[in-house]
Amino acid sequence: MLNYIIRRLVMIIPVLLGVSIIAFSLLHMIPGDPARSMLGNKANEAQLEQLREELRLNDPYLVQYGRFVTSTLQGDLGKSVKSNNPVGEELKNRLPATMELSLFAIFIATVVGVLAGVIAAVKQYSWFDNLSMTGALFGVSIPIFWLGLMMIMLFSVTLQWLPPSGRLSTGVELDTITNFYILDSILTLNWTAFKDSVTHLLMPGIALGTIPMAIIARMTRSSMLEVLNQDYIRTANAKGLASYLVVFQHALKNAFLPVLTVIGLQFGFLLGGAVLTETIFSWPGVGRYVLQAILGRDYPVVQSTILVVAVMFVFINLLTDILYKYIDPRIRFD
Amino acid sequence: MEQEPILEVDNLHTHFFTKSGVVKAVDGVSFSVKPGETLGIVGESGSGKSITAMSIMRLIKDPPGKIVEGGLTFKGEDLLAKSEKEMRSIRGDRISMIFQDPMTSLNPVFTVEKQMVETIRAHRNVSKKQAIDRAVELLELVGIPSPRSRLKSYPHEFSGGMRQRVMIALALSCDPEVLIADEPTTALDVTIQAQILELLGRLQKELGMAIVMITHDLGVVAEVCDRVMVMYAGKPVEFAEVTELFDHPKHPYTWGLIGSIPNMENRQERLEAIKGLPPDLRALPEGCSFAPRCKHAMDKCQSKDPDFKEESAGHQVRCLLYEEEEVAVK
Repeated sequence: MLNYIIRRLVMIIPVLLGVSIIAFSLLHMIPGDPARSMLGNKANEAQLEQLREELRLNDPYLVQYGRFVTSTLQGDLGKSVKSNNPVGEELKNRLPATMELSLFAIFIATVVGVLAGVIAAVKQYSWFDNLSMTGALFGVSIPIFWLGLMMIMLFSVTLQWLPPSGRLSTGVELDTITNFYILDSILTLNWTAFKDSVTHLLMPGIALGTIPMAIIARMTRSSMLEVLNQDYIRTANAKGLASYLVVFQHALKNAFLPVLTVIGLQFGFLLGGAVLTETIFSWPGVGRYVLQAILGRDYPVVQSTILVVAVMFVFINLLTDILYKYIDPRIRFD
Repeated sequence: MEQEPILEVDNLHTHFFTKSGVVKAVDGVSFSVKPGETLGIVGESGSGKSITAMSIMRLIKDPPGKIVEGGLTFKGEDLLAKSEKEMRSIRGDRISMIFQDPMTSLNPVFTVEKQMVETIRAHRNVSKKQAIDRAVELLELVGIPSPRSRLKSYPHEFSGGMRQRVMIALALSCDPEVLIADEPTTALDVTIQAQILELLGRLQKELGMAIVMITHDLGVVAEVCDRVMVMYAGKPVEFAEVTELFDHPKHPYTWGLIGSIPNMENRQERLEAIKGLPPDLRALPEGCSFAPRCKHAMDKCQSKDPDFKEESAGHQVRCLLYEEEEVAVK
């Protein structure tokens, strides 16, 4: 097992090298002068030269790339051209925000999706099956921005139950330790902040979790239907086991493998791709940060953020692969 | 002294209600088994053998399946009147079952220990440790070497024959009074088949349970069964003691089954096969279901479905050849 993890970690190196090359080339794949495209048409030659000097764009590509890799490895992710803030500092606040949101979204999606999928499979063609699968079809088809806006209209404007944006209400104090607000509020025993951050998380979390939830529900259902017809399920019934054991242990553990794959992939997407949700709910996360950087042609930010998100994606995939082994002992790693 | 039967099946009808019609998978099956006895149920694929077994366990999925008529009595108790919960306490405990394919009948993601312990603890109020001890004892009983360490193995780490032994151990967890074996040797190599049959025979002697042996293999029947029921298209067609059946088969279908076994003493050029295919269970012929394939079919076979007729003590047959006026044909 340990061997496998080490080998996988080694195999990650070329993947990360590839990602770093792509992230690096980004700046140079834009047609024309990168300095010009960052500063716009109104910049004069002196300003352009200053930026080129600052980003050392006049060096050969290989030298630039070498510098990009070594500084990244040393934890220096560069500076924003616009705000001059170090990207690392920005990400330190924004990455936990995105992770908190994504974790919550994938948690809701997994719990509700798996449960709905299992019940739909066990009661195939029942009203619950039809209703939940139609719901899931809507879930994958609904545009998130529309769903988010509708939720804000209903729960924030009309009913006034939930705050429409941000992570904390103004006036609520929280000492941050990890920048995961829920975790921090528990660690500091600050229940006002806990309640406040949970209410802020609820709507964006559910909006973000809708598509994964629908995919997970449909995947669980089809996987369960296949497993429920297996001989070992008949054996489990013939042994006189209670039906919840047959369904939730004997069947679900077997049916969970493809579902786990989907959960891992979806979680990876959420980490890097919560752009819409973060924008609608003004969530100060990575998605919004990178979107603003792209719109503002702040390429050093885009480069480094892509790299960080890609690294996380790769590690989530590794984690998924390791979890496989715990679920299915037949999987061999050699 | 004549023993009371432990399991009685009376005129069982299990039908499947599908979109393309009602499939009469089991259509009037009756038999009984006594403690310590082995009853064979023989027939082609699709003759209703397995559905009969699943009906006894009340494991027919509803919908589409349903036991529409008949009685199931286990030690004087009416199984059809039992709730699902009561049935669950009988399954795996007093009546248990082993299946055809040991490769797929054990859950691949759990250790043998987990699968055995959960069965024992579902029916007996014992600690986990006691359940493990019992599991070791059972694996030993079915001849698995170094049972305590093997408990930690997963099913895929056993060979086919060993897996079937595990399956048998699992079925015997709670000393069942009736063991239903649904083609227990079909998926195994011939040498392993013989070992498993021998094991079942030995265990039956030691534990005194009744066995219902479902098979399409007359060789298996000859080896282990006391009495045999031959089934065709969901109906029993012949019933006899095993030696009587082989010595004096009466039903043309049984003749066909026996005729299609290779015989070392009388080598024939060609084995006799039963022509045609089993009928569509959704649209059974009006008369005898076997008539369209029967070499001895008469006009009246097309219109009249025969009743069971006792030809000699304990030997019943369902064929119009044995009606009064046809005796000459014999």
